[in-house]
Amino acid sequence: MVPLWMFLAVAAALFSIGVFGVLARRNAVAILMSVELMLNAVNINLVAFWRYSETGTDLLLNGYVFTAFVLIVAAAEAAVGLAIIITVYRNRRSVIPEEARALKG
Amino acid sequence: MEELCTGLCSVLADSGADAGLALFLSLLVGVLLVSGVPLITVILLIWIERKVAARIQDRIGPNRVGPIGLLQTIADMIKLLSKEDITPTAADRILYNAAPLVSFASVVLLWAVIPFTPFHFGVDLEIGALYFVAVASFGTLAIMAAGWASNNKYALLGAFRVVALLVSYEVPLVFALLVPVLLAGSMSLVDIVNAQNGMWFVILSPLAFVIFYISSQAETGRAPFDLIEAESELVAGFNIEYSGMKFGMFFAAEFLHVFTNGIIMAILFFGGWMGPFYYESPLIAFAWLGAKGGLIYFTTLWLRNTVPRLRIDQIMAFNWKFLVPLSIANLIVVSFVLKVMQELGFAPGDMLNASFAELLPTTIILLLFNGAMIFYLLGILRKRGREARREAHGAHANFAQAGSAAGH
Amino acid sequence: MELNAISIGFVVFTIFTLGGAIGVVTTRNLFQGTIWLMVSLFGVAGYFILLSAPFLAAVQILVYIGAIAILITFAVMLTRSIARIKERYIRLLPSFIGSLALFLILLLGVTVPIFGAHAPDSIPDYVASTRDLGAALVDENGYVVPFLLASVLLTAAMIGAIFIARDETA
Repeated sequence: MVPLWMFLAVAAALFSIGVFGVLARRNAVAILMSVELMLNAVNINLVAFWRYSETGTDLLLNGYVFTAFVLIVAAAEAAVGLAIIITVYRNRRSVIPEEARALKG
Repeated sequence: MEELCTGLCSVLADSGADAGLALFLSLLVGVLLVSGVPLITVILLIWIERKVAARIQDRIGPNRVGPIGLLQTIADMIKLLSKEDITPTAADRILYNAAPLVSFASVVLLWAVIPFTPFHFGVDLEIGALYFVAVASFGTLAIMAAGWASNNKYALLGAFRVVALLVSYEVPLVFALLVPVLLAGSMSLVDIVNAQNGMWFVILSPLAFVIFYISSQAETGRAPFDLIEAESELVAGFNIEYSGMKFGMFFAAEFLHVFTNGIIMAILFFGGWMGPFYYESPLIAFAWLGAKGGLIYFTTLWLRNTVPRLRIDQIMAFNWKFLVPLSIANLIVVSFVLKVMQELGFAPGDMLNASFAELLPTTIILLLFNGAMIFYLLGILRKRGREARREAHGAHANFAQAGSAAGH
Repeated sequence: MELNAISIGFVVFTIFTLGGAIGVVTTRNLFQGTIWLMVSLFGVAGYFILLSAPFLAAVQILVYIGAIAILITFAVMLTRSIARIKERYIRLLPSFIGSLALFLILLLGVTVPIFGAHAPDSIPDYVASTRDLGAALVDENGYVVPFLLASVLLTAAMIGAIFIARDETA
């Protein structure tokens, strides 16, 4: 069996790649995709901890259920995020977050 | 490890093979069988499709190669294979070449969970029905990738339209799929078939079957939703740049998908392998499944050669304004009625071993509710149809009036 | 870690997940980036199967590949000027150093407990099934309130997305 820390290490690597994408990419769509990577890293952690936790006879479903909720939130986030990106593009002809600064004081 | 090793594996292990090797070999044989069946079937399907289309259009159809034209598809395959394989210079090479493979694989993968007989299936997944939906989404992805990778505006436009269509019709498809899952209390396809021992689900919820049938017609791109190959408007749509066997793979995937959907519908609504004497031999059980699936497949061919194609806005309006609300209402009604019946003690709590007599009250009540919904819907449709006819008539009269006025 | 189906699967899915993720953040072409994202998320679905959560794996494929990836490709194609952005990155070096440092800290965090006393090296035999998940989601002592809240969130997100993206001139 694969030990727990290997799953956690992969999740850490995935999360770091996602952080790099969010910080370094200029395009809003690419940033959104990087956020999805980070969410998935969290999901791997949640499911791995759920699977390896010693529950005894009592069912402990926290990790499992929480992952399902993260998936729901990810779907909602992608829908609203892409709608905002398309609206910003329609108004400003740009998908670079730094250029959408009309509300900056 | 031991409980996995049955059948061929145990024979191999008993004759002195290494346990791991025996398991691997028997699994390999199983995988090749399950994926081989659809590959062989599709050759026959193309012949059937052409023959049926020909008969409906009062033609003879393929009759030159082999007895009654049976080998025509083989000849076509040789032709497709020997054609020049063109990749546009501006295309994204990897995606362009991967798209037909993904498209075909998304259909073949469905066969992994299909229970052919009570004891013969690739794998009995706990989440079989969900797997069916999840794997089918790869097909959508393949079409998008093909349209984009071709680097052709017609291909891209075609892909846009098709993907919008496929994503939209997935909604009523899933809602209709949930009805058998709800009735059986399980997502495993084997359990769903076993739960139909007393009564087929098509009798318990005919509306769900109709919704599933219509939306799977759209999912496979069949008439009247055949925007995928709207030759007259889009010069073939997303696969315009494809030639040779790559084109053939998209084509084969579509044919196979239609038949696979027929089999899936037979499993979900018509009791799969259930039928007289199915327990006598796996072959009889398999024949029942094949006959039911084949009959449903035949109706799709019939429909394809009978009805005209709809416009994209008509298709979308039909889905979002009619099919989606209907499927949601149907799901709510079925689950509510079933729960009330179970609480009152008229319906068996566990459908898996329910007999015909136990299911009779549920069936009658569900049929009544379904009949009421269908009656109401037909009323709406008739009203809409009358309005549409009146409008068309008015427009025609105006046109005639304008014409006669200009004439004078 | 002995060589068996699970460990081979782990290695393959790791290649999918991390390779796809690197593809997402490095590719210039956003459509290819979407494909890489799907490869990566497919690998994550594979992990869910290894961790005996097949329901989550199917939902992952359905939600990400069937819905989110298609949404992103639509957004990419509707905002075509993306291809005109010359430089891919801003603050390349600081972000790289920052994320590398984050990775090293996290790696330290997950590997140090191996040598401690509380390293779980075995997994429980009994695992909750999809049926247990379904029962927990509608159980009043379970997760019924978050479940209902999630459905409200999805409805709100759907209405919000339609409202924001609606073309008001049309």
